[in-house]
Amino acid sequence: MSIPTVQLSGVKKSFGPVDVLKGVDLVAYPGQVTALVGDNGAGKSTLIKGLAGVQPYDEGEVLFEGHPAKLHTPREASSLGIEVVYQDLALCDNLDIVQNMFLGREEVSQLTLDESSMEYQAALALQSLSVKTVKSVRQKVSSLSGGQRQTVAIARTVLRSAKLVILDEPTAALGVAQTEQVLNLVRRLADQGYAVIMISHNLADVFKVADSIAVLYLGNMVAQLKTKETTYNDVIGYITGIKQQVGE
Amino acid sequence: MSDLTLKTGQEGSTSEQFKAYFSRLRAGEMGALPAVGALVFLGGLFAALSPFFLTLINFTNLFVQSATLMMLSAALVFVLLLGEIDLSAGVTAGTGMAIFVQLTKGGMNWVLALILAFILGIFIGWVIGTFVARIGVPSFVVSLAFYLALPGVMLMVLGDGGILRVEVPEILAIMNNNLPLWGGWVLLAICAATTFAMGLWDRARRLKAKLPARPLTFLYIKTVGVIVLGGVTVYLMNQNRSQSSILQITGVPIVIPIALAILFVATFSLDRTRFGRYLYAVGGNPEAARRAGIKVARIRTTAFIICSSLAMVSGVFNISRIGNVESNAGKSIVLSGVAAAVVGGVSLFGGRGRLAHAAIGAFVISIIDNGLGLIGMPAGINFIVTGSVLLIAATIDALARKRSGGSLLRL
Repeated sequence: MSIPTVQLSGVKKSFGPVDVLKGVDLVAYPGQVTALVGDNGAGKSTLIKGLAGVQPYDEGEVLFEGHPAKLHTPREASSLGIEVVYQDLALCDNLDIVQNMFLGREEVSQLTLDESSMEYQAALALQSLSVKTVKSVRQKVSSLSGGQRQTVAIARTVLRSAKLVILDEPTAALGVAQTEQVLNLVRRLADQGYAVIMISHNLADVFKVADSIAVLYLGNMVAQLKTKETTYNDVIGYITGIKQQVGE
Repeated sequence: MSDLTLKTGQEGSTSEQFKAYFSRLRAGEMGALPAVGALVFLGGLFAALSPFFLTLINFTNLFVQSATLMMLSAALVFVLLLGEIDLSAGVTAGTGMAIFVQLTKGGMNWVLALILAFILGIFIGWVIGTFVARIGVPSFVVSLAFYLALPGVMLMVLGDGGILRVEVPEILAIMNNNLPLWGGWVLLAICAATTFAMGLWDRARRLKAKLPARPLTFLYIKTVGVIVLGGVTVYLMNQNRSQSSILQITGVPIVIPIALAILFVATFSLDRTRFGRYLYAVGGNPEAARRAGIKVARIRTTAFIICSSLAMVSGVFNISRIGNVESNAGKSIVLSGVAAAVVGGVSLFGGRGRLAHAAIGAFVISIIDNGLGLIGMPAGINFIVTGSVLLIAATIDALARKRSGGSLLRL
């Protein structure tokens, strides 16, 4: 297997007297979807916020593409190529798809916004992910369905030349057909060589797209399993704490 | 053709583009159409009711009368797009003008005095913006405070009489003097050439990026439209519109090129620069804008500064037209400015609306004022009709958006 895009070892984080992460290990490989599962309060969000540089870890080692990396600010994480798609997506309803995909990184030429270049790149990025459902790349985001919005938010990370894309519950609040759409997109994202970490509560989704499943239980990484070599019941056992197996 | 398979909205022949436009209309994206409709309707109504409405002098007067309101509503668009409001825009302009007139009376060079007035405008905008963006006081409250306080400043500046005459010929000329006849035609040529050149520029950039572009027919139609509408306007304004036989009044009022130039620059900055894009983004979803790395507080403050500065321009137009400045200046016009923007389809919740549409809205409000005055309606009726038009415009807009499936409140 190639070098992991990101490798965490012994990561700790506490808020005052509460230890949220008690020495967590996690690996994510390029071209693979790593699902991060665990019950509420297991520390999933804290782990992700550390990777995003929003809440830096207290202790532990972070290797990014084999090199030690510092993740103290969102900017550092972003410049390494770590992009997070949050649950609430953070899109501007009143802007169109192109404008949203380039928000904050607009290209300027001839002293004005280079709409043509941005439009072209946005369309290419969507096409590279085989997105076909949008009517036009100049559609307002307000007219998009939940699944399409998720698509735009994910495609935006591709434009930002991400290497590691972290998705926070990408299928929460979506219907059956749209969930399917987004899961296909997640799969294609990985197939293009991005490392993907997907937080999910839905084990059916996880088993459908993930290559490996990492289970957090009360701040410990109890298992990181290959999807092919595990079962529903095993994973549920780890999530609920019935099964214990620290390490790989 | 290009290697793109996704649509960009510019494919297809002229007729397909027209079809797409009408389907957008049906979907509720009406833009300025309700305001333009109101304009045509009111124009026809007043033309039928008053023989004086369509006279040359009143035609030109309409433009001159609406210029002040137009500039103020353009100013307000910058803060309305953020979902904020600046109630003090009018009195800020009034205060600036009071100081301007007092300074020029004291013998100061008028250009210098004007610059000082604009510096005051920028400063007030900066203070309001700072309170709103950095401290978090609602803009309604901050600007209300200025709305209450600034007339006091005006009163102190103007002294006991509370009114001063403007005696700067250059300022009075803006609203009262006209371009030479050829000046109007040059102005028209500049407008048509700019429209055409901008269209070609956009098209060239699209083609360079290997994107589909609309057929050139659209650009021709647009340019011809500008030439015909502008041509008729300039032709009519170049006729002698004087009511007396001894005096000749001809030409396009000087205020028109000034207003057009300012509106052009403001529209350009909203549509084609990062600042404009960020303004819409912050108005649409401040949190998304912040996460995208946009400095939200700076955008907010800048918007208030631009609002106060453009309001100052409307103040200059105002004193030029009425020839004096009094301690109440700008108190009532600010709400008309907000109404004009809303009639033009600008959303008070932020993120939606265009500058040109607000200008059309201002024209609607002005035409009501003008027309009802001509047919001898009591002033009371004027206010009632203006209020009703505002309510109708806002209702049409809300219903259209409801139909398009968007939420009623946010976009």
